[in-house]
Amino acid sequence: MINEISGRRFTVWRWVVLAGMVFLVLFLPFPVNATTPVDRTFRIQASRFEYSPSVLSVHPGDRVTIELLATDVVHGLYIDGYDLETTADPGQTARLTFVADRQGSFRFRCTVTCGNMHPFMIGKLQVGHNALLWRGSLLAGLALIAGAWRVRK
Amino acid sequence: MNRLQEAAWEERVSQGSSEPIRSRRLTLPERIDLYRIPWIRPLLQSRWPQFLIRSLTLAGFVFTIAAGLFGSRVGSHNFAIIFVWIAWWTALKLVFIPLGGRSWCSVCPIALPGEWLQQGGILEKRHRRFGLNLRWPKRLRGSWLQSSGFLLIGLFSALTLTNARVTAWVLVGLFGMAIVLSLVFERRAFCSYICPIGGFTGIYAKTAPVEVRVIDTKICAAHSEKTCYQNCPWGLYPVALRDSSQCGLCMECLRSCPKDNIAVNLRPFGSDLGQARQSSRLDETFLALVMIGSALAFSAVFVGPWGILKSAAFAIGSPAWALYGLGFLALNLVVMPGSFALAVWMGQRWSGYKTQLRRAIANQSQVLLPLGLFAWIAFTISFALPKLNYVLSVVSDPFGWGWNLLGTANTTWSPDVSGFSPILQVALLLIGLLWSTSVAWRLAKVNNQSVFRQTLPILTFCLVFSLAMLWLLVG
Repeated sequence: MINEISGRRFTVWRWVVLAGMVFLVLFLPFPVNATTPVDRTFRIQASRFEYSPSVLSVHPGDRVTIELLATDVVHGLYIDGYDLETTADPGQTARLTFVADRQGSFRFRCTVTCGNMHPFMIGKLQVGHNALLWRGSLLAGLALIAGAWRVRK
Repeated sequence: MNRLQEAAWEERVSQGSSEPIRSRRLTLPERIDLYRIPWIRPLLQSRWPQFLIRSLTLAGFVFTIAAGLFGSRVGSHNFAIIFVWIAWWTALKLVFIPLGGRSWCSVCPIALPGEWLQQGGILEKRHRRFGLNLRWPKRLRGSWLQSSGFLLIGLFSALTLTNARVTAWVLVGLFGMAIVLSLVFERRAFCSYICPIGGFTGIYAKTAPVEVRVIDTKICAAHSEKTCYQNCPWGLYPVALRDSSQCGLCMECLRSCPKDNIAVNLRPFGSDLGQARQSSRLDETFLALVMIGSALAFSAVFVGPWGILKSAAFAIGSPAWALYGLGFLALNLVVMPGSFALAVWMGQRWSGYKTQLRRAIANQSQVLLPLGLFAWIAFTISFALPKLNYVLSVVSDPFGWGWNLLGTANTTWSPDVSGFSPILQVALLLIGLLWSTSVAWRLAKVNNQSVFRQTLPILTFCLVFSLAMLWLLVG
């Protein structure tokens, strides 16, 4: 009987601890990068269905300039989350300058129909930590722990 | 052995197993029988509402083929591409399957002309019928061919998804195959064994909150004519239904039952999951693994930033495409099945639970279903929602010929989903993972053996898959 009650208490406590961990994962702020903002320039070559480089990494607060060079047909570049867009004619370079003030991972995509795979011509802008990915991964880990606790006898 | 006893092996009921099924049915918890609701009953009982919807979808299907063949080559300006791969494919994964299981199959037009020929009439069976009415070969039963079809579509996906002509020819091919198979084999052989979409919807129908079931099996046992089985286009005997993966929700059993003994139940999500099965069929396991493997591959190709991968997937016949194909097949035929089998084997070894490995793999594959369904939904959100504006555009100009029938041809408005879409995707993947752990827990409770050690490797497999999807979609 005593064992049963203490077992039940242990069960309740571990679920409370788990809930607390979920709360922390969801709301604990990520450490802010202490780096000084700098100017960064990326020269992106856009050819059919591909940006090169396709992944841009910057720190929060950096002043970013993207030089978009279309090498074959007209290509565009729209950055999700920043609502910024530019278009480059073949052989021409278009410029886009902005301050990377939103942290996370953002897709950028072609905005001008450039061929069959146009809807999937995508690149990635990484600004500091990708908190969503980290939080999601930690929550997935906690989901596994919760599942494992449930099956443990 | 009569025809009924020879019914497809997946629905065979032994004398010994019918009693537990009956007792379970009589005490089915948390079910609402939609057929008992007065205003729904006539809608299900009459063949007309379903016929009208199927006629509309058939017309849409023919129109889609015409648009694909004769319309603009620019995918975003062609009704075939936008309606098949943005509107319908999204609706299938976001609405039809999660809420209605195989509900799409009940209105799908692909099998319709073949069915008309087979039954010699439009609405119901007539005396003059066409076709050889042969039985489907036993060796080809199960979902192996559906998995293969899905892999084949996956190999050519970059072209199929973006080229209206190819999309149209794929539809023509499915249409032709359905008619030919209806004329050679009995019932819905195409839908049951070939259609890759049927495989996709069927396997995830187990998670859905809809089922057709017998109310009291005693009544069925006393009914010698078995009109439900005789009239089921899918060749199913409702008493023997253990899950909803095979039932196409055509409602013919319900219409032909003289005892009013069939229910169309609303049930809790995932009611078919978490049941220990005696079967050691691996075809459904393979299908479930192909589905999650394909979700990974498609996320990498279509949502990832790797242009080289997109170009390789699109350049059909090139060495780069051959490499992509090898990678795609290796992922689906070796990596996913191998690692899942390894996880189940490790669980067996670690727990000391002795059962046939093949049976354990088949049993544990249920864990993959919520994971896979939510991975597909999360993937779909990433590319379908930002392109919904194309739907308005092609409705006004379906062939891309410069028409503006509804005044929406030049619509540029698009829902800005970049803010909430990644959060939604994370939430969906987590729901899938949590649901899968819950299924694993239910399975473990049924097995009642060293459950923690047995289940942990499988949950780890699920976690690794979820992390990979998270990285691909929001990383």
